[in-house]
Amino acid sequence: MRYLDEFSDPDLAGKLVDQIHAVTTQPWAMMEVCGGQTHSIIRHGIDQLLPEGVEMIHGPGCPVCVTPLEIIDKALAIAEQPGVIFCSFGDMLRVPGSGKDLFSIKSAGGDVRVVYSPLDALTLARENPDKQVVFFGIGFETTAPANAMTVYQAKRLGIENFSLLVSHVLVPPAVAAIMESPTCRVQAFLAAGHVCSVMGTAEYPPLAERYGVPIVVTGFEPLDILEGIRRTVIQLEEGRHELENAYPRAVVAEGNPAAMAMLRDVFEVTDRTWRGIGMIPESGWRLSERYARFDAEERFSVTDIHTDESALCRSGEVLQGLIKPHECAAFGKECTPRNPLGATMVSSEGACAAYFTYRRLELVES
Amino acid sequence: MCLGIPGRVVRVLDGNAGMLALVDVLGAQRPINLGMLEDIGVEPGEWVLIHMGFALERIDRAAADAAMSGLEMMGRGPSDDQVGAGP
Amino acid sequence: MGEHPDFDGWVCPAPLRDTPTIVMGHGGGGAMSGELIEQLFLPAYGGAARADLGDSAVLAVPGLREGARLAFSTDSFVVRPMFFPGGSIGDLAVNGTVNDLAMSGATPLYLSTAYILSEGTALADIGRVATAVGKAAESAGVQLVTGDTKVVDSGSGDGVYVNTAGIGIVPAGVEIGPTRAEVGDVVLVSGDIGVHGIAVMSCREGLEFGTRIESDTAALHGLVADLLGTGVDVRVLRDPTRGGVSATLNEIARASGVGIELVERDLPIPPEVKDACGLLGLDPLQVANEGKLLAVVPADGAEQVLEAMRRHPLGSGAARIGRCVAEHPRMVVARTGLGGTRVVDLPIGEQLPRIC
Repeated sequence: MRYLDEFSDPDLAGKLVDQIHAVTTQPWAMMEVCGGQTHSIIRHGIDQLLPEGVEMIHGPGCPVCVTPLEIIDKALAIAEQPGVIFCSFGDMLRVPGSGKDLFSIKSAGGDVRVVYSPLDALTLARENPDKQVVFFGIGFETTAPANAMTVYQAKRLGIENFSLLVSHVLVPPAVAAIMESPTCRVQAFLAAGHVCSVMGTAEYPPLAERYGVPIVVTGFEPLDILEGIRRTVIQLEEGRHELENAYPRAVVAEGNPAAMAMLRDVFEVTDRTWRGIGMIPESGWRLSERYARFDAEERFSVTDIHTDESALCRSGEVLQGLIKPHECAAFGKECTPRNPLGATMVSSEGACAAYFTYRRLELVES
Repeated sequence: MCLGIPGRVVRVLDGNAGMLALVDVLGAQRPINLGMLEDIGVEPGEWVLIHMGFALERIDRAAADAAMSGLEMMGRGPSDDQVGAGP
Repeated sequence: MGEHPDFDGWVCPAPLRDTPTIVMGHGGGGAMSGELIEQLFLPAYGGAARADLGDSAVLAVPGLREGARLAFSTDSFVVRPMFFPGGSIGDLAVNGTVNDLAMSGATPLYLSTAYILSEGTALADIGRVATAVGKAAESAGVQLVTGDTKVVDSGSGDGVYVNTAGIGIVPAGVEIGPTRAEVGDVVLVSGDIGVHGIAVMSCREGLEFGTRIESDTAALHGLVADLLGTGVDVRVLRDPTRGGVSATLNEIARASGVGIELVERDLPIPPEVKDACGLLGLDPLQVANEGKLLAVVPADGAEQVLEAMRRHPLGSGAARIGRCVAEHPRMVVARTGLGGTRVVDLPIGEQLPRIC
């Protein structure tokens, strides 16, 4: 077994789809929190296979989408400084700041590099002692340990020309914020499997209890997602609202204690602005006092950059599941992945981008 | 947030405090940092979930097998000739 | 934005309009490249531009044998790294232009080679590139007849850029063009998809993932000759280079005004490519090929063409991957393994590894 292809087997997927149809008696709306799951659902056409009325609402779990404009502007300000090697994941290069993106910084001579792992950035720092190497550390709990580990290594090895521009966000506060929203129509959550691989599942039973919603930890391959949906529908139909783990091969209840210890050491909880949504209290991580000297915001004196976002599109409603991406007037016209108006169009994991990429067929036909 | 890929540990590399291992990731061998699995300890031959150059978690083979056989059992019965009729 | 998290009024930043400068995406062979040609080059050229400045032009030239036409093509090669598993920039420079000619049905004859070299580049590297050019030309049966060399001041020390232009003759009776696909036609591919792009990416700085896969770079005019030899009315031939199968099929669908439907499980994607794409978050359909062709042929001749391709060493993995349909004109749609559908879009610019 390779733990990959087996979990996209079409025959088994057919069985799961049949099971979902068999247990569904009424419409349900559930949210997959994670952008990777959104991508997989649309990529494989999974939502087209579900019973009429079982609706997937695409959540805010695309880290690229929710990284605040202000942080992007700070990234751009740092990346255009001479003597800086600015390292980022590929997705971030196209995300617009207040007038530029990292691509345009690169085209103007900035040293912007796509790396696979923050460790690659650390290696670059070691190889280029006369340069300042900055890694753009964004993402949810899944990515945070890798960034934490890298800063820890930088400190341990005394690599002082390395720093991290941090904008980490956390899933449980976002789930709570979504449920607190007065127009919320989410009845259940598929929790992000790999977030739970790191953090375990302890944070979710209280949320399931408080808001009366089933929460099912779900993986990313087609069978994983269908199994997550199946278990969610069964809970909804039976009137239960519990935490379930439908991804046991990669998630244990206690998570990864070593990673969590590392996170506690390197990061501390902070209020975080989510792009386009606003501030969600205690929904992010920043570098702790012990690692403050590796904070790129301090090192490059960009802490005083403040940017307000302007209202142009309806991605908030998309996020809430109040409208589908194509119901926004700008979708596919003014707003495309080439020229994104909204965060949800920016990243390949964003709901609008996923629709634009994979779904125009239905939109043309309807 | 999410691109986690399974890989099989080939061998732990010398030095690096045992934190670095050669891992077969989809047929390509990559050095992967095992620092986050230090407490658990990982043996060659075991599968890990990889994200951004780090092993995040050990893959529980028994749990995967159980899930898979659960799926294979699913829907067995009178209606079996209808299921799996897809591509 | 108020004091509380506001999911209803999730607002967006000001749009980023086109940049005033060239960015890497303009060279990606996707939508941005197309916009650059349509919005900048063609208007600037005015009346001097003929047709659409596509990969190659087929021209009526006085003095050729009755019905024969001249095919003319040019291409520049900037691939990094210059040497990659299975080939080098030199192989690409010859095979790329030979293939552009071959896709119009031409027999390639003569090539020019022009080098732009940056100061500091090792002569040994230039020698390796030039040797590869010579070998590839010999093996393709084309002659290198004119050339040029320039040196630029840049200093990165790895600067070898190669331009090749080529001419060939399209025999009488051969009419191949991107506008000729018709509803009912079948789409064939000559072999495994995505191999070249993954081979190059596998050794690119920062993305090394040590795969054993080698570039598929090859000259395809022999294969084309075999498939034209079947006598089937081959409508469209294209080599899916930058932007991959996805970009090429989108261009065909748009040029011919048909819809194209792919069947995902029929796509010949080698496990190494599928895995590397999984690792990097890429779509194999958007990854470049340098030794494969896509053919659109009438349904009743498809089997014959397929057999002819499979008999040729460069077409042994040929497969039927889709068809032209009346639905969703100008769009490419894939039927997923699970039975759903998805749109196969024209890539925007550069392929970006999707890490998260």
